[in-house]
Amino acid sequence: MLTPPLTSNQAVLHLEGVSLGYGDFTVLQDISLEVMPGQVVAMMGGSGSGKTTLLRAATGQLAARRGTITLFGQDLARTNRPGLQALRQRMGVLFQQGALFTDLNVFENVAFPLREHLTMSASQLSERVLEKLNAVGLRAAAHLKVSEISGGMARRVALARAVVLEPELVLYDEPFAGLDPISLGITARLIRSLSDRLGCASVVITHDIAESFAIADQVYLVGQGQLKAHGAPATLAASTDPYVQQFLNGQADGPVAFDYPVTPAFEAWLVQTGART
Amino acid sequence: MSRPSFLSALGQSVRARLTGLGLFTRFFLMLLQRSGLVFKRPRLVSQQVHFIGNFSLLIIIVSGLFVGFVLGLQGYYTLNRYGSEEALGLLVALSLTRELGPVVTALLFAGRAGTSLTAEIGLMKAGEQLAAMEVMAVDPLTRVFVPRFWGGVIAMPILAAVFSTVGILGGWVVGVLLIGIDTGAFWSQMQNGVDVYKDILNGVIKSIIFGVAVTLIALYEGWRARPTPEGVARATTRTVVTSSLAVLGLDFLLTALMFSH
Amino acid sequence: MSNEKTDWWVGLFVLLGALALAFLALRAGNLSSFSFAPTYALSAKFDNIGGLKVRAPIKSAGVVVGRVASITLDEKTFQAIVTFQLEKNYLFPKDSSAKILTSGLLGEQYIGLEAGGDEANLVPGATLQFTQSAIVLESLISQFLYSSAEKQGTAAAADANPAAKPAKTTP
Repeated sequence: MLTPPLTSNQAVLHLEGVSLGYGDFTVLQDISLEVMPGQVVAMMGGSGSGKTTLLRAATGQLAARRGTITLFGQDLARTNRPGLQALRQRMGVLFQQGALFTDLNVFENVAFPLREHLTMSASQLSERVLEKLNAVGLRAAAHLKVSEISGGMARRVALARAVVLEPELVLYDEPFAGLDPISLGITARLIRSLSDRLGCASVVITHDIAESFAIADQVYLVGQGQLKAHGAPATLAASTDPYVQQFLNGQADGPVAFDYPVTPAFEAWLVQTGART
Repeated sequence: MSRPSFLSALGQSVRARLTGLGLFTRFFLMLLQRSGLVFKRPRLVSQQVHFIGNFSLLIIIVSGLFVGFVLGLQGYYTLNRYGSEEALGLLVALSLTRELGPVVTALLFAGRAGTSLTAEIGLMKAGEQLAAMEVMAVDPLTRVFVPRFWGGVIAMPILAAVFSTVGILGGWVVGVLLIGIDTGAFWSQMQNGVDVYKDILNGVIKSIIFGVAVTLIALYEGWRARPTPEGVARATTRTVVTSSLAVLGLDFLLTALMFSH
Repeated sequence: MSNEKTDWWVGLFVLLGALALAFLALRAGNLSSFSFAPTYALSAKFDNIGGLKVRAPIKSAGVVVGRVASITLDEKTFQAIVTFQLEKNYLFPKDSSAKILTSGLLGEQYIGLEAGGDEANLVPGATLQFTQSAIVLESLISQFLYSSAEKQGTAAAADANPAAKPAKTTP
């Protein structure tokens, strides 16, 4: 099933007044954002601020409670399952831990989307897979098993897998988390260069300020269930909003409180254990 | 806040179990619905037959051998009191093909292959592999679960047949070689008494049904497991317990259906 | 693991299963005693078939020559009608008899065919004239007791001894 290609001024991903949550719990409210083709957009926020929830909404795994999510010009709420599958083939996702298939080796992992969705000759497939592995510097690791490579390498393999279908949008879930300085630099540069080379849009979900500011065109900052700020990195750095300031400068206390709030349950427990307040 | 009354807790528990049963049935139907994959990509299924079947062969053969030995010894002891030792072959063969072959194989299968399936899927869930597949527009139920289901269903009857065969040979070793029963009587009484349709075929049908039950439960528990280490551990325990109970319960039903007149 | 290697192992596994099943069917079960030779049907009537079952063997001189195909009740004469299939190359004279015998003391029952002396043979679909029903244990016991009571009675009468006691007839 073919979906119409985007015109160059149409947003790849567009969220308008979106509210997201699980069960009774609302994680994010009234979020609006836009990702244009070829852009690198950074989505930032503290832990538990709902960044992964946004990712799931963008892939169609989570439905919006309010507002519209438009992916490649299609309203996700109005798209049926086959339509959703077709849209998903135009995007790639890099999961935090790589999410490589443990029963396949490196080559087979990267070849997986090709085998599932396209019919290619063995030599064409091999060429494409090795080309993508080469782009992440792991061409010579193609024969290794997933258990034989380090975490950083696994993430790079996952990146190769995410782009092997040459998608129009790539989502990165915390690609910088837990990496050493060298790998950090490599990963950031890979994201930017892939984006430029493939002409795809990239959405990077992270809380790493230095690396993301270095490569992003637009930054969205979420906190306390809302969109706190957005704009080019320079704009945000110059912002006077207290939340933005606390986040960017890594201050211990501010709008995000240091002390965990006291609740009636805590008071009851204190009384029960006979501890003195 | 008052503690929930016993009745409401019981009601909740019953409701939870019924909902679980409904979900289990829906899971089974979803797998059946997607089973066309078996013909489109048979290699995936045959790979699972290898992982599930071949890797269980050793324990099945060794267990079958020992069960055969014990049947030979115990059977001889009992038959000897009535002067019917020559019927030992018949006793061993009937016990194995009708009951012990399918049932013991299913229990061992639940412990070895069932837990490994649940753990594998639980870990895939924890490592976001299933989510990654979904986002790549590949249905995990079709790609991961269906091949494993049919791999298990194909492997079980084969393992049960091997178990029964090895057991009969084990009984022969003990009865004829060790104790000294006449080998001709051992085999001829067996051949006269064991019916291909009533005994062997029914045993095969039982093992197929057990294969469906155990594999389905193992896959279901993996599918529902919490993606944490304790979640996976609990799921594998549930697989063994639930499959074992299911096998024994089904065995009673099937035996009553098949072997009564 | 490479695809060829996996296929080989799976092939081996399936072969093992097939061998096991073949062993069970042929060496452990009674499949080897199935003959695929062409057969013809005969029938016989019995007053009592005892424990005769369908697929019980028909033996002549101890050799299996056929199997029981079906057992029904004749509603008019209240006799059991047993139809059996004999192998085509075994022909029996018209006056052959069929007896229901037991293998061993308490074993399975089967039909024993004794050839008669007639020159003409039984045609397919014919009914045997001479049959002997199964021996029912209870009637045998009561027969024995009755005849032993009779013997005791005649012995007492011949004795003509007033001191002779009448025999007990009830068990």
